[in-house]
Amino acid sequence: MEKIKSIEEFNNLRLLLKEEVFKEGVPRIRMCCGTACTASGSTKVVADLERELGAEHKSVEIVKTGCQGFCQQGPVMKVEPWGYYYQKVKNSDAHEIVSSTISGGFPVRKLLYRDSVATQPCEMMETVPYYKKQVRIALKNNGLIDPRQIYHYIAVSGYTALAKALSAMTPDQVLQEVDNANLRGRGGAGFPAGQKWRHSKKAPGTIKFVIANGDEGDPGAFMDRSIMEGDPHGLLEGMLLCAYAIGAQYGFVYVRHEYPLAVVNLKLAIKQAEEIGLLGKNIMGTDFSCQIDVREGAGAFVCGESTALVASIEGDRGFPRPRPPRLSEPGGGVWGFPSNLNNIETYACVPPIIENGAAWFKGIGTENSPGTKVFALTGKVKNTGLVEVPMGITLREIIFDIGGGILDGKKFKAVQTGGPSGGCLPEEFLDLKVDFDSLTKAGSMMGSGGMVVMDEDTCVVDVAKFFLSFTKEESCGKCPPCRIGTYQMLEILERVTTGKGVPGDIERLEKIARLVKKGSLCGLGQGAPNPILSTLKYFREEYEEHVHDKYCRAKVCSGLGSFTIEHSECFLCGLCKQACAFHAVKETRRSYFIDQSMCTKCKACFMACPIGAVKIGKGTRYTREKTGIGR
Amino acid sequence: MNIDAIDVNESIGLVSEVLNGHDKRKGILVSTLHKIQLENGYLPEDILRALSRKLSIPLAEIYSVASFYKQFHFSPRGKKIVRVCTGTACHVRGGAKVENALKDRYHIKAGQTTPDLKLTLETVGCVGCCGLAPVVTINEEVMGTIGPKKIKHLINVIDEEGVAHGEN
Repeated sequence: MEKIKSIEEFNNLRLLLKEEVFKEGVPRIRMCCGTACTASGSTKVVADLERELGAEHKSVEIVKTGCQGFCQQGPVMKVEPWGYYYQKVKNSDAHEIVSSTISGGFPVRKLLYRDSVATQPCEMMETVPYYKKQVRIALKNNGLIDPRQIYHYIAVSGYTALAKALSAMTPDQVLQEVDNANLRGRGGAGFPAGQKWRHSKKAPGTIKFVIANGDEGDPGAFMDRSIMEGDPHGLLEGMLLCAYAIGAQYGFVYVRHEYPLAVVNLKLAIKQAEEIGLLGKNIMGTDFSCQIDVREGAGAFVCGESTALVASIEGDRGFPRPRPPRLSEPGGGVWGFPSNLNNIETYACVPPIIENGAAWFKGIGTENSPGTKVFALTGKVKNTGLVEVPMGITLREIIFDIGGGILDGKKFKAVQTGGPSGGCLPEEFLDLKVDFDSLTKAGSMMGSGGMVVMDEDTCVVDVAKFFLSFTKEESCGKCPPCRIGTYQMLEILERVTTGKGVPGDIERLEKIARLVKKGSLCGLGQGAPNPILSTLKYFREEYEEHVHDKYCRAKVCSGLGSFTIEHSECFLCGLCKQACAFHAVKETRRSYFIDQSMCTKCKACFMACPIGAVKIGKGTRYTREKTGIGR
Repeated sequence: MNIDAIDVNESIGLVSEVLNGHDKRKGILVSTLHKIQLENGYLPEDILRALSRKLSIPLAEIYSVASFYKQFHFSPRGKKIVRVCTGTACHVRGGAKVENALKDRYHIKAGQTTPDLKLTLETVGCVGCCGLAPVVTINEEVMGTIGPKKIKHLINVIDEEGVAHGEN
């Protein structure tokens, strides 16, 4: 490969590639090879497809794309030029795909998406309800190109924004454009990227760094991963534009070690970009030079915090430190050089802004939060996966229109946004328009974009405990409010969820939560109490039930409630008696019943009953401790 | 891994132009630890001692960094590393059941290795396949939607000897 020596040369290459790559009229299979689809067998499908295609259909291209988003229905593929969208493809379907679609142009009906058996299947990707309301900016190339081919990226007008910036815009103009677009940081807090860039640009010193934060550790969030895996060049281009705007010479992408495919794809992308002169010294023959490298984390959630991330790049323990100095100030960034740190998704939004202009970007989303946001929709919802939606969409649209509603027709209870630092929002917020400010106002936060839907079978106290056990585990231990506070809060929650809660626990929990929020050094500690505070705000009666009535209405927590067998429903199978390790289930000739004095409320009988005749009610009149029987 | 052959300038990349010697040596520490672990499966003491001499970083400081990050280990690990995801989505869909089934089968707790070095059981925050919850990874291979039936299959897979399940 030859290096590109001028912008003109790049434009020629792009025009050439536009014609050469993705030729029109050529049948093409875009197969999702993201992590989730690979786990459900997409590599096998590709192998079998290649074999089936054989010599006869040599012209058919198979493009192994990044994550297309609909992970639950994986492996998924698009067959062009017809545009058929297939889901849950097995390798045994390869023959049918070749024989009916490639040869005849007919869809394989059993692979098409349909809502239920009664409805018409959707032939095209665009008509699938999951994709209908989505607008793709950050994920625009996922599902379109092979992330391992730089030529694919250039063919879909990649690096055009960089060429435009280098040839026709000054660094100030690039910065102004991002500022005008009011692009806000996608990492969670929503700080305007333009302002941040301006800070870094103003900082004295000639050597500056751009850093992309790919240490995505929130449980249930994987949007940065799919960008790094599916469109690494988009990220690099965004970083280069930032480097050009603020005058940086070096860049790092900090990636979690748990994302091996992202590391491989990024390193390959960097190598390819360097080879053709789009990265490194004198990019496209101009004076602009920037070197980007990958740095791997090693499994510490706190390293997603900016100062901790910098410490980790420098080779230290990933401890956060008090700010100021901020990263953008001298003495604050990596090795003391002013550094600009943004989230992966933020950088991925930059090239489209430069290419299409700030006005276009502002036309999408709401006034204060323009653009789109990628959410990882998971939990008890029918369709799970990655969704990119314009800001200002309501939670109801995301959960019910895109997500297809709650699994098994259960009732919606709450939605958790923002991961372990976010909060739970109950049903009355379903019509809330989602943007940075509205979520914060409601007591939650945008976070990096995890969205976990809960139904009536999920216990919010248990969920709060889960998030807290995560933050407690990940607390780096530097500052006491976070280290000790999370431990103490978890201890109280442990007690509450096992039926040992005492009056006053809720108030104690609330007090500690406020103290931890105020006293902690970094975002991890400050956000850790949020799941508790928000659930206390909206689901306080459930906490009270746990403490006073010893009852978990979702029937998740064990050690709570009083167990009875409903005789009118019981059909005397005896499974509950077998399941009980404490001989608390007694048998008479016509019925089974539970001896309360021996019951330990372990829920074994409840789980064992095939028809749900074992009921959990409020209150515990008798406990083993009180009666002293059965010890 | 030959510690003496490490070229600090090459490992850290072009950014070496602007850094002093100590920053450079320290800057490659985490990535070097990754390499050592990849080769040995854990961080052996003698290699860390050699690294300490090579980089002129006190051994205590190397241990301080290595022990901070969860991914570094100081004792040998099992042939198969089974990670049970305990992320939100997996939690909601029953990841704990899978974990308990494995604990019962192999009589080890999360974070431990069986005495015959066959398997190490771990829990991880989130592997990013929430659509397939609950998820388990065996070495690098992902297994999703593990219900009661698939748990048995999972144990069979773990018990299989020497089959290439993405061996490190």
